[in-house]
Amino acid sequence: MNLSDSKLKLLIAGIGCGLAAACLAYFGNPANMAFCIACFVRDMAGALGLHSAAPVQYARPEIIGLVLGSFVISAVTGEFRSNGGSSPMIRFILGMVIMIGSLIFLGCPLRMVIRMSAGDINAWIALIGFACGVATGCFALKKGFSLGRAYETGTGSGIVLPALMAGVLILLTCTTLLKFSEAGPGSKHAPILISLAGGLVVGVLAQKSRMCFAGGIRDAILMRNFDLLTIIAGLFGVMLIFNIATGRFVLGMNTPGIIAHSDTLWNILGMYAVGFAAVLAGGCPLRQLILAGQGSSDSAVTVLGLFTGAALCHNFGLASSGTAVNAETGEVVAGAVTANGKIACVICIAVCFIIAFTNKRNSKRGAAV
Amino acid sequence: MIEVDARGLSCPEPVMLADQAIKKGEGTVKVLVSEPHQKTNIEKLAKSRGKKATSKAVGSEFEIIIE
Repeated sequence: MNLSDSKLKLLIAGIGCGLAAACLAYFGNPANMAFCIACFVRDMAGALGLHSAAPVQYARPEIIGLVLGSFVISAVTGEFRSNGGSSPMIRFILGMVIMIGSLIFLGCPLRMVIRMSAGDINAWIALIGFACGVATGCFALKKGFSLGRAYETGTGSGIVLPALMAGVLILLTCTTLLKFSEAGPGSKHAPILISLAGGLVVGVLAQKSRMCFAGGIRDAILMRNFDLLTIIAGLFGVMLIFNIATGRFVLGMNTPGIIAHSDTLWNILGMYAVGFAAVLAGGCPLRQLILAGQGSSDSAVTVLGLFTGAALCHNFGLASSGTAVNAETGEVVAGAVTANGKIACVICIAVCFIIAFTNKRNSKRGAAV
Repeated sequence: MIEVDARGLSCPEPVMLADQAIKKGEGTVKVLVSEPHQKTNIEKLAKSRGKKATSKAVGSEFEIIIE
């Protein structure tokens, strides 16, 4: 069944993803995260020991489920294509940029939408930066930006990332090798089976619907096509109803405990970097996981960039902190962006500009006709 | 006939290149793509531009004729 050939089907797919997100929130995932790709890849990087930030270490079954869901449905429907070779190392850098920008804002584009549905005004402000980043990427595309062609590879190359994810699932369920947070966001999670099922369901829906948060705005700007925005509207609608119905909707900017900060400029610039890099990479973090699941080694390399970016964020103090209440004094402590994070964000945006305007169609072998 | 070889390119390049070719208004456009979702996107583009699209699989890839 093709979910991407009508707006109604796309809306239903978005509602399905929203229901999965609401279930994951209900069963214990941290505030407004549901299945935030940046947060959960970061947690998984911590579980694997790539960084040592104790509060954010847990091999999230949602991430595993997303990749495996995409892998299984694409294999069943004949859409699995093992390919690669479209500027993989540039995609690796773009993956790092997406993660660094996300952890400065505190969330990937998916979490931005979920935070918007929970009344977080900072997320609405960050949407401006994200849309501007996507628009800048669209400008580069119009000027002839291209990372060149991917070519068919042996099937084994496309299976590596799904196989690695299955391996992490085995380590999570059958061994005690992985790190696991005892406090903080990493300690909050839905039961493993529910998380895995949620990931699998969204993986299947996202693969069939081509769900992409950067792609939604990109297609609206470039082609006046609003199909992908329809899915996001469905997800937003479900999460808005869920948040209001369960008392999670809090309209404000300095709400403690929701893992967010109100440093407006850096919320905008962080998501600007994410939007820009996501368009250059051909999709948001969720879409990269889905494409990696259906055989793209280029997207798998982008996912490895996400993991490396997450490790750098916590090893070098780039990630922002969320507004919280001091347990002893009861005072609200404002979340903040670190000095290192601000420098990294500026570098990330500069790198995006260099990549966007030095990789042209027709300028190298293998570029488009 | 204009031929657009968009095989192996990332989204949205195949659709952008196909759209440019359609806008030239020089009759039939043949588009080659690698991925099933790109085939669907090109078909939707053709429909939105008031054109008729006919697709066929060529090995593991796709050929779409827009006229």
